[in-house]
Amino acid sequence: MNKKQNFLKGIFTENPVFILLLGLCPVLGVTSTLFGALGMGVAFTSVLLLSNIIISLIKNLIPNEIRIPSYIVVIATLVTIVQLVMQGYLPELYDQLGIFIPLIVVNCIILGRAEAFASKNNVIDSTIDALGMGAGYTIAIALLAFFRELLGSGTLTIFIYGDINIKFNLIPDGASFEPITILVAAPGAFITLGLLLGVINAIKMKREEKNKSKATANS
Amino acid sequence: MSIANLIVLVIQGMLIQNVILTLFLGICPFMGVSKKSQSAIGMGLAVIFVMVLSSTITFAINDLILEPRELGYLQTIVFILVISGVVQFVEMFVKKTAPYIYKMLGIYLPLITTNCAILGLALIIVKPELEYGYAEMLAYTIGTALGFTLVIYIFSTIRERLENANVPKAFKGAPIALITAGIMSIIFIGFAGLV
Repeated sequence: MNKKQNFLKGIFTENPVFILLLGLCPVLGVTSTLFGALGMGVAFTSVLLLSNIIISLIKNLIPNEIRIPSYIVVIATLVTIVQLVMQGYLPELYDQLGIFIPLIVVNCIILGRAEAFASKNNVIDSTIDALGMGAGYTIAIALLAFFRELLGSGTLTIFIYGDINIKFNLIPDGASFEPITILVAAPGAFITLGLLLGVINAIKMKREEKNKSKATANS
Repeated sequence: MSIANLIVLVIQGMLIQNVILTLFLGICPFMGVSKKSQSAIGMGLAVIFVMVLSSTITFAINDLILEPRELGYLQTIVFILVISGVVQFVEMFVKKTAPYIYKMLGIYLPLITTNCAILGLALIIVKPELEYGYAEMLAYTIGTALGFTLVIYIFSTIRERLENANVPKAFKGAPIALITAGIMSIIFIGFAGLV
């Protein structure tokens, strides 16, 4: 596998959210605004990147029997660092993500990448793998949050820090558009993700059909 | 703290702030182990067992060791180590003393370490603004664990029927299961005014 394929697999063929269906708790929990989703994506990617780098560096020092507990300690330490940095420098984001920041520790994707990839590959490949997986994860939750916030409250929140508040209100003044409030509430998370997965499956099936008919036409 | 207050906390944990449908914790086992009602019950019982035990221990550690020494920032690391230790211990203990229960729960116990409902609850109950004592903590934990089991069992029975339903091909499996969970979540919103 070359480096480009290694990066792209995290976004398409092995997308952690849409294909592997792993680590869904924050996917559902923080996607009521685009801001929360992007912040979660960045926090997740930084923990995954650092844990992949550290684990691929120390993989030969850890005895095989206690590798999982060691990985968990490494990941928990990194999560605590990210949590403290975020609490100090991005308090608005910290409040919005709440409990889902410490819960990055038990996110199956991070432990899964440590076990399946970083413990078997060198630092450079593990870095690329982490960046690809992180990008795939961020794109997936941002997509979900985009639909939920746009249809559920008619706004798109990009960034909040102190006085800086980048938020687009997409309902023109005086327009009679009633947002679908249920989409930003708890049930909307499940329903939007279900519909998105269905649409992705449908696209995939159509593409396979096309490839098949092309193959039969060629033969 | 009266008995009535404790019952209210049990109901609150079980129905109003349901751990799966309202707080979005423990989605992985909710989606992964709910294809058969038998395995859903097994997972539910294992979660009740581990959740009550580990929450009590982490709460006590936080109360007796971390808080007096102002080490609150170590919560995540300490709690996850305690939980994996408890899971390992429960597995060995049950295997030795109750082989029958082990047969039923055995395969679900290792999965619980990465169940974010356990760590999530451990982190929620120590929040200073809740001011929970030991009794309230225990009541809320039992409610949450029962709520998890209730929802995963109901969901599994629905999924058993969905197997035979005429669902569009693209929506078979996970997509329709998620939409079903969404409808269940709408129903659980109805409990909001209960207390």
